[in-house]
Amino acid sequence: MTALNLKLLRDLWHMRGQALAIAAVIAGGVATLVMALSTYDSLVGTRDLFYRDYRFAQVFANLKRAPDGYAARLAEIPGVERLETRVVAVVKLEVEGFTDPITGVLSSLPNTGQPLLNTLHLKRGRWLTPYSGDEVIVSDTFADAHGLHPGDTVHAVINGKRKALTLVGVALSPEYVYQIAPGAMFPDFKRYGVLWMGRHALAAAYDMDGAFNNVSLSLTPGADEQAVIDRLDGLLARYGGIGAYGRKDQFSNRFLSEELKQLQTTATVFPSIFLGVAAFLLNVVVTRLIATQREQIAILKAFGYRHLAIGWHYLKLVLAVAFIGVAGGVALGAWFGQGLAGVYMELYRFPYLDYVLNPGVIAIALGVAGFAAASGTLLAVGRAVRLPPAEGMRPETPMVYRATLLERLGLQRLLNQPSRMILRHIERRPLKSLLTVFGIACAGGLMMVGNYQRGAIDFMVDIQFRQAAREDLAVGFIEPTSGRALHELAQLPGVRHVEGFRDVAANLRFGQYHYRSAVYGIEPDGLLHRSLDRNLRPVQVPPGGIVLTDHLANNILRVKTGDLLTVEVLEGRRQVLRVPVLGITRQYLGVSAYMRREDLNTLLKEGEVVSGAYLGHEPDAAADLYGRLHDRPRVLGMVAHAAAIKSFYATLGEFVLFFNMVATLLAATIAFGVVYNSARIALSERGRELASLRVLGFTHGEIAYILLGELAVLTLAAIPLGFLVGAGLCGILVVAFETDLYRLPLVLEPYNFALSASVVTVSAVVSGLLVWRQLGRLDLVGVLKTRE
Amino acid sequence: MAEQDTVFRARGLTKIYRMGEVEVHALRGIDLELSAGELVVLLGPSGSGKSTLLNILGGLDTPTSSEVFYLDRNLSAAGEEALTLFRRDHVGFVFQFYNLIPSLTAKENVAAVTEISRSPMRPEEALRLVGLGERLDHFPAQLSGGEQQRVAIARAIAKNPVVLLCDEPTGALDSATGVIVLEALEKVNRELGTLTVLITHNAGIADMADRVIRLSDGKIVEERRNATKKSARDLSW
Repeated sequence: MTALNLKLLRDLWHMRGQALAIAAVIAGGVATLVMALSTYDSLVGTRDLFYRDYRFAQVFANLKRAPDGYAARLAEIPGVERLETRVVAVVKLEVEGFTDPITGVLSSLPNTGQPLLNTLHLKRGRWLTPYSGDEVIVSDTFADAHGLHPGDTVHAVINGKRKALTLVGVALSPEYVYQIAPGAMFPDFKRYGVLWMGRHALAAAYDMDGAFNNVSLSLTPGADEQAVIDRLDGLLARYGGIGAYGRKDQFSNRFLSEELKQLQTTATVFPSIFLGVAAFLLNVVVTRLIATQREQIAILKAFGYRHLAIGWHYLKLVLAVAFIGVAGGVALGAWFGQGLAGVYMELYRFPYLDYVLNPGVIAIALGVAGFAAASGTLLAVGRAVRLPPAEGMRPETPMVYRATLLERLGLQRLLNQPSRMILRHIERRPLKSLLTVFGIACAGGLMMVGNYQRGAIDFMVDIQFRQAAREDLAVGFIEPTSGRALHELAQLPGVRHVEGFRDVAANLRFGQYHYRSAVYGIEPDGLLHRSLDRNLRPVQVPPGGIVLTDHLANNILRVKTGDLLTVEVLEGRRQVLRVPVLGITRQYLGVSAYMRREDLNTLLKEGEVVSGAYLGHEPDAAADLYGRLHDRPRVLGMVAHAAAIKSFYATLGEFVLFFNMVATLLAATIAFGVVYNSARIALSERGRELASLRVLGFTHGEIAYILLGELAVLTLAAIPLGFLVGAGLCGILVVAFETDLYRLPLVLEPYNFALSASVVTVSAVVSGLLVWRQLGRLDLVGVLKTRE
Repeated sequence: MAEQDTVFRARGLTKIYRMGEVEVHALRGIDLELSAGELVVLLGPSGSGKSTLLNILGGLDTPTSSEVFYLDRNLSAAGEEALTLFRRDHVGFVFQFYNLIPSLTAKENVAAVTEISRSPMRPEEALRLVGLGERLDHFPAQLSGGEQQRVAIARAIAKNPVVLLCDEPTGALDSATGVIVLEALEKVNRELGTLTVLITHNAGIADMADRVIRLSDGKIVEERRNATKKSARDLSW
């Protein structure tokens, strides 16, 4: 090994503490990247594999009822590869020992053999016996949530008739990877379940003998999906079809796609910020580190080493540190990634997880870290080699200090000599001080990015459920019902308030933009379900038009107040309506279109009709009320908000918590790395000066005050700046995270600031203690012997 | 000395440093010729320009005006790359503060130079020449000041340089140790015939030189040849 390479290894070992701190900064950034991207790649890969292996259909349609023989007509549509008809029923479920309302979907399986499309992955138990009467297979989320096992019994109210069902298997389906009840905001595995039942038995119970109400199909390669959908709609119109749709609008797939899009954003934005900050810090740290090597660079030059050779020497040193950081970051990131993917698996039901760590991810990490390290090194080495060697070996000429601003203002009485030294030093090198402050501020800002989501979600939930959708319970009817039903509901014991609503599936269209959703007709002066203006104050829905929530209006349909929106109703007479947009309201969760109920009734040319009701009830009346509603044949399903919020925190909350914990941990690592390096480099830059002061009779404490006092001043300045940086970074995240599912508001809680400030402070204190120890080992005699 | 033995030749050499708003005239018109095998001592107080002159001769710095010739090469006109190669192949430096690389052993410090030289001696050989054959694997921190300086000398001569430039090599050492270091330099000069230029402000050392050049305020104020050279062993201060 050459002498220079030996020097490299020994230098590395000598500066191992600092090298580890720098590596930690890089590892923090890289781990975020690896964690997020590998989780994303794994989930996308797993999804695609699952969809393919279990033949997830490509086009879906629901209708009222069509005779079995009609399926052959549908299969003749050009572009259809396989087509399967089913009976699908929305039912009320009962599980022993659980009183809350449960909505279930009963989906038919062929009487014998496996389905052509949307096949099931049987996790436990067995398949249905051919032509079985009461056997069901149940989704694993529902089985897990209630502790159900093959052999257990659940009850379903199908078409008003209560039927006992025997559970024989637990399964997963590509159709229900993300299980969320229609109309609900979050998955709730206890209160929503999917069950599969033999076609013969389900048709008998649901009055669908010899008929079907659901079609799914796959396409031949190269087929035009929209053309197939249009043909299907045409053929199903007279059988009560409510609009066929592709995978992109399929409920589970749409949520899954949105979540994956969100994750992709996470995988782009978080690592960009983390790695960007880490790269910046690495650059600053390396630049200063190399600057302290000025003398050695001068010697190498005097020996006749070329600039390139010297540059390469230091580059190897820094790249070695960067490589340690990248390796650590990849290992850590892969570990976190598997943990995160595990958390996702709780939410998305896949039969397996195909965890992949793409080599491209590692290449990105190496590239970014390598570039940051190399640019910092070459910049610093370039500056050092430009010095003539004779000058480089001489001690640096004393810097020109000036009286500080405070002193020029005549306030020097307030400062003792060491304090003046601190201030003069900071003021003498403003750019370096500024970079240090900015570096620490970035680290503090990252801390805020790591944990701001929690407060934002709390705020979002509070606005949604305590300001906008304040009902305790939303009740859906089997079909649109006369407004008189509301009076009946109001008479139930414990009910305080009832507001009816009419919702209708519709395609909203403006110019080239469209969105498949529903239009909600609500009470204009409702107390329970309200719209909020941009300042989050309740506003009435004005008469004669439609009100859209902000994300739907601004980002999806791109419509302004005053524009005419086309509403293609997907039910009943399937009218196409032109409705003026009268306002845009604020909503963080989901997207909605609201009208006055009476206006919607009028447009649909129906009388006073409701499709459901929002209820406010006494807190202790819940169980009794659930029972009474459950027994009403016209009540199809119920969503209880308190339960929804609880289940949200239990599932999504777990993910957010995990992610926040990891991000915060990595941010804290970066913060410590930066602060420690700032302190260490200050020590190597000023070690000689401080040792001289010790020789002159300054105590250990006094010189520590000079060095650490500067660190303290810079840290104190960095904390508020870090708040600004953090708020800015969170602002970027807010914009990046806008999806149909939810938009996080930019809400920063006092604890966000407190955590940022305290991590930076603790890092500074620990670094200070480490440097304090090193100050005790300053070589006083050495200072006397050499130069100055 | 015969004309063909001239190693360095300069006429009217000047060097002006600009320190902020002040111009410092470090050298004000130096005429100089140095020949192969000579041991030359440059004497003078601090700020007299000795180090500046040495740095220009060694290719670490360039003059503000006039020319310096090394053999038939004009150093003043040489670029960065040419100066680097000049230092690498022809010049050995010894500095007042040794400037060893702390993370390398004595042998490795020498090797750092021999690895890039064209026809070096072995590091062990160079160290033996300065009397450190037994301390090859010691790190600088494990060596005394005199020993460190001798490592620096070994490092400078290991490449078999034409010229050895020493800037206050005994400046940081006590008299007894200083003598040992000077003996090493004397031996190198005698045995290898290397032109040795030695800076000092210590007039006592001048007695070991072939020629003594005294500088003051950037000018040569005295130049003399010693009729009889003293051996380094007989010096004291």
